[in-house]
Amino acid sequence: MQGVKEKALELLSSGKVQRVLGWKTGEFFYDLTPAVFESTAEIESDFVYNVFSGANLSKYLIKESKKEGKIAVFLKPCDSFSFVQLQKEHRINRENIYAVGVQCDGKCDGESLRALGLEGLLSVDGEETLTVHTLYGDKTIEKKDALLGKCKTCKSKKIASFDEIIGEQGEDLESGRFEEIKKLEAMTPDERFSFWQGELSKCIRCNACRNVCPACSCEKCVFDNPASGVQNKAVADSFEEKLFHIIRAFHVTARCTDCGECSRVCPQNIPLHLLNRKFIKDINELYGTYQAGADMQSRPPLMDFSFDDPECSEVLAKGGNGK
Amino acid sequence: MKRIALTELNSLFASINERMNLFIPANDESGQSHFTKWHDGLPLSRNLNTVRSAKDAFFPQVENLMGFKVNGKQIELTGMGDEVEDFAFFGVRACDAKSFEILDRVFLMEPADTYCEKRRNNCTVISLACSRPSETCFCTTFGIDPASPKGDVTCWIKGDFLYWEPNTDKGNELTNVLSVLSDCDDTEVNSAKEEIHQITERLPLKELNLSSFGPGKTKALFDRPEWKTLSEACLGCGTCTFVCPTCQCYDIEEFANGDSVKRFRCWDSCMYSDFTMMSAGQPRPTQTERFRQRFMHKLVYFPDNNDGTYSCVGCGRCLRKCPVHLNIVKVIKTLEEVAE
Repeated sequence: MQGVKEKALELLSSGKVQRVLGWKTGEFFYDLTPAVFESTAEIESDFVYNVFSGANLSKYLIKESKKEGKIAVFLKPCDSFSFVQLQKEHRINRENIYAVGVQCDGKCDGESLRALGLEGLLSVDGEETLTVHTLYGDKTIEKKDALLGKCKTCKSKKIASFDEIIGEQGEDLESGRFEEIKKLEAMTPDERFSFWQGELSKCIRCNACRNVCPACSCEKCVFDNPASGVQNKAVADSFEEKLFHIIRAFHVTARCTDCGECSRVCPQNIPLHLLNRKFIKDINELYGTYQAGADMQSRPPLMDFSFDDPECSEVLAKGGNGK
Repeated sequence: MKRIALTELNSLFASINERMNLFIPANDESGQSHFTKWHDGLPLSRNLNTVRSAKDAFFPQVENLMGFKVNGKQIELTGMGDEVEDFAFFGVRACDAKSFEILDRVFLMEPADTYCEKRRNNCTVISLACSRPSETCFCTTFGIDPASPKGDVTCWIKGDFLYWEPNTDKGNELTNVLSVLSDCDDTEVNSAKEEIHQITERLPLKELNLSSFGPGKTKALFDRPEWKTLSEACLGCGTCTFVCPTCQCYDIEEFANGDSVKRFRCWDSCMYSDFTMMSAGQPRPTQTERFRQRFMHKLVYFPDNNDGTYSCVGCGRCLRKCPVHLNIVKVIKTLEEVAE
């Protein structure tokens, strides 16, 4: 995308900010790393915004915005919802941040290319139709087929909060993201149990989902605390994994913006976002449509009370009876 | 040298499985492969490698060590480790096969870790040459030949056949009872090796410069300022350590249940905030120190204590799986470029 690197250079060289948070080139064409840039020389040589800038940078602001001086951050639409949510939870120091919204039409990564059967990835050309040069010859693929899972069900092109935008402000999309949830809901309890049993038993407790999650911002996670009694680094049986993931999903309910980073980073390809998305759908149905991180004003449904709130009996009637 | 048609693989697996529990790389629904207990009809994955390494065979993520029950002033032992039957790991790549030697230096050094030793003794390793190495492969940097993996048996896939060559007594014993294999000469295997070497010649990471690392480099590297920038984006998750074939750190914990205790060990990660926690607290207070520990261990401390052997086999799993694409290659290149 044009103008992003130029903007980073301009912000830093004009003294408007002292540091820039963006994506840094990697060893290959697809392995970008989030990075803080402190000089224009570093930006010139390493800053990049492209189809592989999938990582959500907003969580790094918890740490970065506490430091001296101002930092510029580049936020894709989905990242900007996390950014707002972090502000709403007083996790970041907004005065120290200059937020630049950047438009996005979907991201890929090495794993999403490999999932299409490509091996030995060397370089890539093109934008919508990608020609991937590999050790075993050139392959042409459509970018839409190689998108990250989170991009295939993109919910919005709107940038929720920004100091300036590069490109156009976007709109909410008809993502169809709840279709996957409807499939789960249509299962019998036994089918659903065995689906989750199968998926969650793959978990290796690497904690990547939790550590990347912008909603998981506790200074000390209960599962990392040896004094908590629930630290369980190991699994006694497959129930242990359910415990970890279900507690985490409950903890981020109505704060999860559905940024999809949990499923992107899972080394075992567990579709973790489905747990969170199920809660989002339930909240929409029980309390009215609510999008975490969409704005600073709205009250999160689970932290609010109104006389219209559903009664327990309504929840039970919707199947909340333990089945 | 023996061989069997690829269309007959299922009968080969069945014959092995009659004698010992067989594990092969098989794909899950998302297309990733894992060492999986074989059952009739389970096809061999054609992926280059499994998500988790083959170290699981000897060093499982969780392992029961012992149990005891307290009854008044009596303590009764209720089990010492898990039962381990004979088993075979088929499809181990050259990198993972080499990782066993590295793990042996840790677990089988006197006094041997009897839990690991038991598994090691009961396992037959059947390795498989890499016909399609990936850009993330750098085993050649560590002197590993992906065309000739070690193991009790080495296999190659070429054309429509799987070629099979035993290397050890264990391998010969198994080969002798596998009547599904037929004799052949090594012409095809030699040409398979040749093809693999042609590909490894073109690998972008085939020869990393390790001159900054190895025994005696602790002082030169420990305080390098690059650790801070390198570790800046690290999420502190354990993905790299858990998919790594040579990471061997573990914790010992207990499930206590009133009057009985189950003591187990489980993988631990130097990336975690409570790793090697001591009474005085965490010896590596920030992610920078934890990050440095992982790479210093692999590239300096381990070689220091093990005749120069690096504790990395270049399998490339961390390159593929790190959520933010930090990895040992970036560390090697960063610290190498500015070295003398």
